[in-house]
Amino acid sequence: VPETITPSTFAEAAAALGGAAASPRPVRFSGSGTKLGWGGSPPRQALRIQTAGLARKVEHNAGDLSATFEAGASLSWIQSELAASGQMLALDPPIGADDRSPTLGGIFATADSGPLRHRYGAPRDLVLGMTIALSDGTIARTGGKVMKNVAGYDLARLLTGSFGTLGLILSVSVRLHPLLAGTVTALGASNDPGVLRDCVVRISREPLDLESLDIAWRGGQGGILARVGGLDAAERAERVIAIMLACGLRATEVRANDEPLWARQRTGQRSTDRAVVQVSARPSELDQVLRIAESCEGTVVGRGGLGISYVTVNVNRVVPLRSGLPQGSSAIVLDLPVSARGAVDPWAAQEDGPELALMRAVKHRFDPAGVCNPGIFVGGI
Amino acid sequence: VKVAQSRARRPIEDTRRMQTDAGADPTRCELIERIRLICGEHHVITDHAALETYRSDGLLQYRQTPLVAVLPGAASEVQAVVRACHQAGVPFVARGAGTGLAGGALPVADGVLIVLTRMRRILSVDLDNAEVVVEPGVPNSAVSRAVAPTHFYPPDPSSQVVSTIGGNVAANAGGAHCLKYGVTTDYVTGLDVVLADGTLVELRRGAPGYDLLGPFVGSEGTLGIAVAIYLRVRPVPESVALLMAFFESPAAAGDAVTAIVGAGILPAAIELMDRDATTAGEQAIRAGFRTDAGAALLIELDGSARQCEAQLEHAGRICGQQHALEVRLAGNAAERELLWRLRKAALPALGRIASTYYVGDSVIPRTRLGDVLRRIEQISADQGLRVVTVLHAGDGNLHPHVFYDPGVPGESDKAKTVAGEIAKTCVEAGGSITGEHGVGVDKVKYMSLMFSEADLDAFERLRGAFDPDGLANPGKVMPAA
Repeated sequence: VPETITPSTFAEAAAALGGAAASPRPVRFSGSGTKLGWGGSPPRQALRIQTAGLARKVEHNAGDLSATFEAGASLSWIQSELAASGQMLALDPPIGADDRSPTLGGIFATADSGPLRHRYGAPRDLVLGMTIALSDGTIARTGGKVMKNVAGYDLARLLTGSFGTLGLILSVSVRLHPLLAGTVTALGASNDPGVLRDCVVRISREPLDLESLDIAWRGGQGGILARVGGLDAAERAERVIAIMLACGLRATEVRANDEPLWARQRTGQRSTDRAVVQVSARPSELDQVLRIAESCEGTVVGRGGLGISYVTVNVNRVVPLRSGLPQGSSAIVLDLPVSARGAVDPWAAQEDGPELALMRAVKHRFDPAGVCNPGIFVGGI
Repeated sequence: VKVAQSRARRPIEDTRRMQTDAGADPTRCELIERIRLICGEHHVITDHAALETYRSDGLLQYRQTPLVAVLPGAASEVQAVVRACHQAGVPFVARGAGTGLAGGALPVADGVLIVLTRMRRILSVDLDNAEVVVEPGVPNSAVSRAVAPTHFYPPDPSSQVVSTIGGNVAANAGGAHCLKYGVTTDYVTGLDVVLADGTLVELRRGAPGYDLLGPFVGSEGTLGIAVAIYLRVRPVPESVALLMAFFESPAAAGDAVTAIVGAGILPAAIELMDRDATTAGEQAIRAGFRTDAGAALLIELDGSARQCEAQLEHAGRICGQQHALEVRLAGNAAERELLWRLRKAALPALGRIASTYYVGDSVIPRTRLGDVLRRIEQISADQGLRVVTVLHAGDGNLHPHVFYDPGVPGESDKAKTVAGEIAKTCVEAGGSITGEHGVGVDKVKYMSLMFSEADLDAFERLRGAFDPDGLANPGKVMPAA
């Protein structure tokens, strides 16, 4: 059992981090622990700083559609707090294997997201500001809590997705949206990746204001799911169906009680016994992604309109999957079975180019002691 | 842009100093020669009179003459010029169309000004992937033109006809429609950046590693120069509707904005004009708008035809409940055009009333609009200077225009006091000193209102990682080291 500190104030958290850096001793940050297997091999003998004691609501300004929560607050609790005002944080990443809700800090540290990303964006698109602890023991704020702000550098976006390698996220200010209401989902199926690709591209080119536009693929069969909300949801869903039919999809329908469909899409992003590879390609390359996934006996869920696919394959298929992807796309391994960790580089071999050199310089400036989650990020950062 | 041209005949702050004679400095002489070889003689300006154009950006109160201005024609030329600067240890400043309102493109004395307006090619348009790739000198409005009629590029700063995408990226430009559609950073999916030592890096959204696009957008030229910019575009909404509502006071209009957004309506834009702005606009276009109201709201809604219609009716009803004096709905394109003309004519018309003013850019939480507008009236009365406010009310971004006469002794100082007090009021209300114009050189002095030493130190870490020698646009965003 690793030595764990559970600070209950920002100052305690910063002091613990600063103390570890002075030793120096590596530190791992954890929230509810749903994604601790992500990234490269964690350091041994690391001190664990756990954010469970930093889980308060700092403020919720319903009239401004903004809120600030501490990093350890769980997403499910945050959503229930906001729902009381008819609002939500438009992030719906999958929950952990044993139904644990991810924390706000963990979601932002890993930039994890779900089907709502289509309309509302990724964590980096919803962040207004952040408070962070750095390894020299200081606490810094960046951004603010207002919708528009260009004062100073946007460190909140830098920290988002940095896997805790630059410092510890203490609190996050986010923009909020009205709760989804009256959504329906248009569905269609095809076993031809080219047909699915054409259909996704055609739907994306129309101003349909979709909440989500997902794809799914399993065992040679694929489908498209388009979620529509708001006043004339049913009419717009019919327009989606018309496009699906024109593209040659079959088994089309509009489903009213659509939440179970989306829960399944989210669940498809996680696995305990296989590798989950997050692929970023162009939406127009969807057919290529589906074909290589199929040849690797993979299943796919993803954001069709954004070109993001979560491909679940056996560990020994990660390498062929990667090598068969369209040029210019990226493939990051998220989940890996415990037995396979260390055997696969989740970031793929990064070319030692100027981009990586710049990232190393950023890491060095923010964490000169090199104690924040060392070794788990791109290029061994 | 018209704003900028009508402003400030006399600088309130002149950062001029004695020019170093390049002829007496072999390093600088050699640098100019190298730059001539890289870009061609025609594209290198050293003549003092010819450099006059480049002494200020849109904030005319600050002026500085660079050692040399150079207009590279390609990314490779930018890279070579920056590398030459780095080898000579000479600072450089990037400039687009020069419409910035914070002095972000103010030249550095003895430095190189890299003017990117020759790089105005649209490199690719890919509507299947909703992506456009442009050079930095492409004007903002050219992007929407390139993807019309099916798509558009949402960020729309009022300078959009001339202001460049490179400048928009540097400032993280917004505009009237960012309430619904977001700002520049939400649309940049990739950048090719020349770092301060001349290295070219390719930053892409979705690539493994740190999100360096995030901090680069809005970094005001202090982290490097973007030489290719990848932008996301969106399908044009099916229909657009517009209403204008007049209120007793700006505070009452502010309350109506809160009520509309609180009802779950997300307009594409909500613009608020105070009485002076409305009057100036009406005098310019003479379209019969009332000028007796304390404030006017211009609300634009878009979406499917049915959504538009329903939301327009709903928003109009809320304005009525919030005691609007009058609500005008624009039924057709001509009426919509007329309502926008009132808003767009207001600022240039104000320039006719008094030629010299300073434009603020603070942001407040939307719900504090009423309080803050009342406080601004008080500050204006205390200092005896006229302040006219237009604001992107939906996201709480205020543009107070502080009028002053530089010919009256002490008045430019008073203007600075008023601007400073307004910035302070907005920060105290939980807001920001700048929403879309940037810090530049102008608001460096307000940074400590918002940020502690530790916060500023964190910013320095980022800047140091990108530009350890401090050559890229020194003195902007942060106090010079």
